[in-house]
Amino acid sequence: MSTRTIAGKTVQVNEEGFMTNPNEWTTEIAVEIAKEEGIADLTSAHWKVIDFCRQSAAMSGAAPTLRAITNGAGVPTKELFGLFPKGPAKKVAKISGLGKPEGCV
Amino acid sequence: MAEENRKVAFICSKGNLDMAYPALIMGWAALGNGIDVTIFFTFWGLDMINKERVDHLQIPPVANTSMKMSMMGVPGNLGIPNVMGVLPGMTAFATKLMKDKIAGLEVPPVREYLQMLVDAGAKLYACKMSVDMMGLKMEDFIDGVIDIVTAGDFMDLTEGAQIVFI
Repeated sequence: MSTRTIAGKTVQVNEEGFMTNPNEWTTEIAVEIAKEEGIADLTSAHWKVIDFCRQSAAMSGAAPTLRAITNGAGVPTKELFGLFPKGPAKKVAKISGLGKPEGCV
Repeated sequence: MAEENRKVAFICSKGNLDMAYPALIMGWAALGNGIDVTIFFTFWGLDMINKERVDHLQIPPVANTSMKMSMMGVPGNLGIPNVMGVLPGMTAFATKLMKDKIAGLEVPPVREYLQMLVDAGAKLYACKMSVDMMGLKMEDFIDGVIDIVTAGDFMDLTEGAQIVFI
């Protein structure tokens, strides 16, 4: 376990760069991590997904799977992959300050 | 120059319900992790993309040594005797059992799963020789199947990919 400073705040991260304490997450951190992941601007469509993931994880304790996101947030698969290109599973979780999604679907 | 993307290609050669899922699950995981996915359907695997067949894939209990009564909550290693497995309705029964188990895990049916993969960018191809042998045409396949290609075309299409045969 190590720490790093994102958007002026020191947070705990694991060896893959996922934040380990969701309570340390802020929207500024999301914007910063998104840039690192190649997403220059977080639009309202991105936030719809991120907000859903935050809420889902607050209830279940784990990052939702992609199918849970498409069904739960009402974002079609094509759109989700367009918003978070090249690997939305990890990207969405990382930007949302959560661990890797648990589950295969 | 950007590093070339990792690629995975699956060859689906089976039409049984249980053998339809490995490529779907691994393919979806690959796409979620930013890996390019190509799927080549050959021989019985064509059932997975055949409009008339995709919703009717089955699992027979006959000669299936892994399908035990424990799936139905009976403890131990008690099997389904082959002589019972041949009775009318047993394949439908086993299929229903497995479909319920799959749905219980919130895993989608094959048709919907394939659509998810296509929406996520997977490329689907049908094997020309198998298509010719079974007398099928492009219009027999679900939306998302790009083309009917030869084995040689498949090799060209999957240059640099890791290939998984199922």
